[in-house]
Amino acid sequence: MEFFTDMWMALPEGLRAVLAASTKIMMVVGPLMLAVAYVTLAERKIIGRIQVRIGPNRVGFFGHSLWGLGQPIADAVKLLFKEIVLPSGANRVLFLIAPMLSLGPALAAWAVLPLNAEFVIADINAGLLYILAMTSIGVYGVIVAGWASNSKYAFLGAMRSAAQIVSYEIAMGFALVVVLMAAGSLNIRDIVLAQEGGVLGWFWAPLLPMFLVYFISGVAETNRAPFDVAEGESEIVAGFHVDYSGMAFAVFFLAEYANMILIAALAAILFLGGWLSPFEGTALASLPLLGNGIHWLLLKIALFVFLYLWFRATFPRYRYDQIMRLGWKVFIPVTLVWLVVVGVAVMYPPLWDWLTGFGLLAVALTLLLVVFRGAVKPSGVIMP
Amino acid sequence: MTDFVAITPELFLLTMACVVLIVDAFLPEAYRAVTYQLALMTLVITGGLTVALYPAEPQVVFHGAAVVDGMGSVLKAFIAGIAFFAFTYSKDYLRERNVFKGEYYVLGLFAVLGMMIMVSAHSLLTIYLGLELLSLCLYAMVAMHRDSADASEAAMKYFVLGALASGMLLYGISMIYGGTGTVDLGEIAAVVASGDIVDDTVLVFGLVFLVVGLAFKLGAVPFHMWLPDVYHGAPTAVTLFIGSAPKMAAFAMVMRVLVDGLEGLQADWQAMLVILSILSMAVGNVIAIAQTNLKRMFAYSTIAHVGFLILGVLSGTEAGYAASMFYAIVYAIMSLGGFGMIVLLSRGGFEADRLEDFKGLNERSPWFAFIMMVFLFSMAGVPPFVGFWAKWSVLREVVAADMVWLAVVAVVFSIIGAFYYLRVVKLMYFDKPEDASPITAGGDLQAAVSINGLAVLGLGLFPGALLTLCVAALAAS
Amino acid sequence: MSQLVIFFVFAAIMVFAGVMVITVRNAVHSALFLVLAFFSSAAIWLLMEAEFLAIVLVLVYVGAVMVLFLFVVMMLDVNTARLKEGFIRYLPVGLLVAVLIAFQLIMVVGGERFGLEDYPKPVPKAADYSNTEALGAVLYTEYLFAFEVAAVILLVAIVAAISLTMRRRNTVKTQKPEMQVAVRREDRIRIVSMASEPRNGREDGS
Repeated sequence: MEFFTDMWMALPEGLRAVLAASTKIMMVVGPLMLAVAYVTLAERKIIGRIQVRIGPNRVGFFGHSLWGLGQPIADAVKLLFKEIVLPSGANRVLFLIAPMLSLGPALAAWAVLPLNAEFVIADINAGLLYILAMTSIGVYGVIVAGWASNSKYAFLGAMRSAAQIVSYEIAMGFALVVVLMAAGSLNIRDIVLAQEGGVLGWFWAPLLPMFLVYFISGVAETNRAPFDVAEGESEIVAGFHVDYSGMAFAVFFLAEYANMILIAALAAILFLGGWLSPFEGTALASLPLLGNGIHWLLLKIALFVFLYLWFRATFPRYRYDQIMRLGWKVFIPVTLVWLVVVGVAVMYPPLWDWLTGFGLLAVALTLLLVVFRGAVKPSGVIMP
Repeated sequence: MTDFVAITPELFLLTMACVVLIVDAFLPEAYRAVTYQLALMTLVITGGLTVALYPAEPQVVFHGAAVVDGMGSVLKAFIAGIAFFAFTYSKDYLRERNVFKGEYYVLGLFAVLGMMIMVSAHSLLTIYLGLELLSLCLYAMVAMHRDSADASEAAMKYFVLGALASGMLLYGISMIYGGTGTVDLGEIAAVVASGDIVDDTVLVFGLVFLVVGLAFKLGAVPFHMWLPDVYHGAPTAVTLFIGSAPKMAAFAMVMRVLVDGLEGLQADWQAMLVILSILSMAVGNVIAIAQTNLKRMFAYSTIAHVGFLILGVLSGTEAGYAASMFYAIVYAIMSLGGFGMIVLLSRGGFEADRLEDFKGLNERSPWFAFIMMVFLFSMAGVPPFVGFWAKWSVLREVVAADMVWLAVVAVVFSIIGAFYYLRVVKLMYFDKPEDASPITAGGDLQAAVSINGLAVLGLGLFPGALLTLCVAALAAS
Repeated sequence: MSQLVIFFVFAAIMVFAGVMVITVRNAVHSALFLVLAFFSSAAIWLLMEAEFLAIVLVLVYVGAVMVLFLFVVMMLDVNTARLKEGFIRYLPVGLLVAVLIAFQLIMVVGGERFGLEDYPKPVPKAADYSNTEALGAVLYTEYLFAFEVAAVILLVAIVAAISLTMRRRNTVKTQKPEMQVAVRREDRIRIVSMASEPRNGREDGS
């Protein structure tokens, strides 16, 4: 052991810093890529269940099917060995750079996300701004891919999704501004720590409208159903990546799922208290696994990823103008109003409890409504 | 809190501009006149507030961003008043051309706000922001008549050259900031006066760019190229707005930058202004003779008047500044009237902007021929109209500053200039009308132009009051 | 030392990208090189401890302005070959003017004219120094007036842009989503009870 520490100390300081940072990055990116692979499997399984199918269940390891756990690996291997077709007239350099432009920011944003009280790759002051900046440049991959493919379908898809991403970024940015006002800091660790005090201390209740706007905008931002007009199969085949194949396509695929997980992680950190335990402050928190810890964060991320999949299996696709209307005419005004409300609440703390109460009440009423309506009779359906 | 009280007129104007914007968005087309009336009311109250809050002594507010003083308040009141008349003149004109839109008045109000900010600026930053606010509104107003190719071209030229000028100004500002370490005009003056700066090359270098930027905005030769095209291409209703009140704001900007901030470099900027002034008077007056379009002619006449305006500033004395201020106000009133007459004679789809359109005006309407004659004589500097007093007071200060040769040059060019003004008078009184249709303009427009003309006449007969006001205002700043 | 290396790497990339912006033929490439230049300058700002400005540069210019810019450039068919006509012909004159201006500028505004020796080298800030907080503290106090005027300018820009581009077309049919949402079953469907009809077709024909 001593030998290793001596070796370590013998290295030049700059190299040590680079090595330490690289190790940390690998510790985040490796599991993340694995998670991305298995989210694809989870998607197929979950949507299969919702549609009363089974989903992939054949590919496993060493001759055992293992509920299809080998499927993502098999998919990846298949894509790896496929040819990357360069369309004639495509802009070769940009065509190949585009997938990387898409994946890069999705991974780079993880640099400032704290996974628990200690672990974060870079603890910077303007963390939230950094996240905003990184998510805002992901759109280049889409635009460049659509343009470089030299295809009308790809170009139309790129225009659609880029316009959509840019539009929803505004609402999302405002939602984040509200969070930073509530927390009084741009540092993500401080934002999480500002949510201490159990499930009622988290920001989801007082900032309920922002929470909804943020997550729905996040779904739109990642071009996922029901906002996936960019690849609306019936209209423009597959959108901006229609001309991609093989590994180049796989990278886009990875980027989409990495972005999903990123949005889920951000929603968990900003509104559901990150690694904080819901039982914080109660006696339960001292029990094993019920205290604060990274597992809570993972659980919350899994919840949001599940919501993503649930949406996809449930809702029909929005029409393009409806998406734009929702973004500009509903979400942006809502966020602006709530910005003012939270501004007042920050200056006048008693209002904060009222906001929390309002959030709880809204959720309770919604649940009641759902249960009540469901129990009485299915409405809107004309019985034969 | 006193800071906010001091800028009540601006705050009121800003609030009302937003109110007008929202009211207009929800009003059906038939009630568009409400927007117009609200805008007029806003200007009246803004002017009233400015007068009511006339400060006894200069008051620097918002950490040196703005100053409320005599010169600023007088100019602001006049800006509001002239904008009031400009709006009145424009109503029928815009309606006949289908551009009677709320945005015109909203942008107009914001332009007035920009001018007021420029006028009361006490920091290079504020000056630049006020200027941009004004310019942005003006670009959009010029382009508002979208179906007119001329207007679009004019807007494009205005925008590109205006951006260039702003760039020059910013470059100069950055140099001054580099040299003095502050953008606050008071502090700049203190630094320059303290003599701590051994090498003032950077300051003079910045000054060159500042003067170029100011000259661009004023329209002084050789930075005048945009002016005739913009005046000609823009809808006349917009031209009369651009050609009147913003000149006062530009004057104030020159005063703030050169006198409040860089008075210590007077020897340097005086020489630059002399060149600008002589060139402006020469080019403006000579080229105006060749124009057959009245709007273009007035544009060149503006250039010539700017030359005169600069004369007072370059004399470098308090009395000279007062004379220039008097000139700026008087010029704004005259120019407003001149363009107002074009609007008055224009009808749906027809622009009365050629010289021939004024032929035989005396037979069509003796009263308006007389009013137009008042404007033209006043612009030419014929006594006893107010333009004469403006020229006279400026020249007197130039002579007092021991630059008799400059005064002689100015007089010579002003005599050359008188030719083209008098030519229009001749056309009105001694030629047969080509188009004998009676004047169909609305009553409010006729009344406003008449008041404007009588104001020029009245101020000419009794110039003392306004001149004294200017002197007193400058003494209180 | 490492800071110096990083600075020169990013500065070199930035200069390279800047040159490419104005020399490449393709307008889209040009815009993308501009993005690269913005990115590199953001990195240089980070070195100067201006992290707020650096990130905002990426957020605003790279993330929003250039995206919209790319939109326009991609949809326009810019014929740069024609725009560049006469480029070679004017090049000598242009170069001469540029070199002269640069020469004059260096003559007149060299660093020594600003009295740089009077200003001490800035001391690096502590790790917990928040650039954002410091900026906010002056922006909303000392520069409040300028800040608000800048906000008004942006408002005017919006008003101007909309008033110059929006055409209300009366011929286009649009949906009214609120009416669609508010529709009830009773508005669309009427259930009528009626006596059953005799099966005419069957009985006559076949």
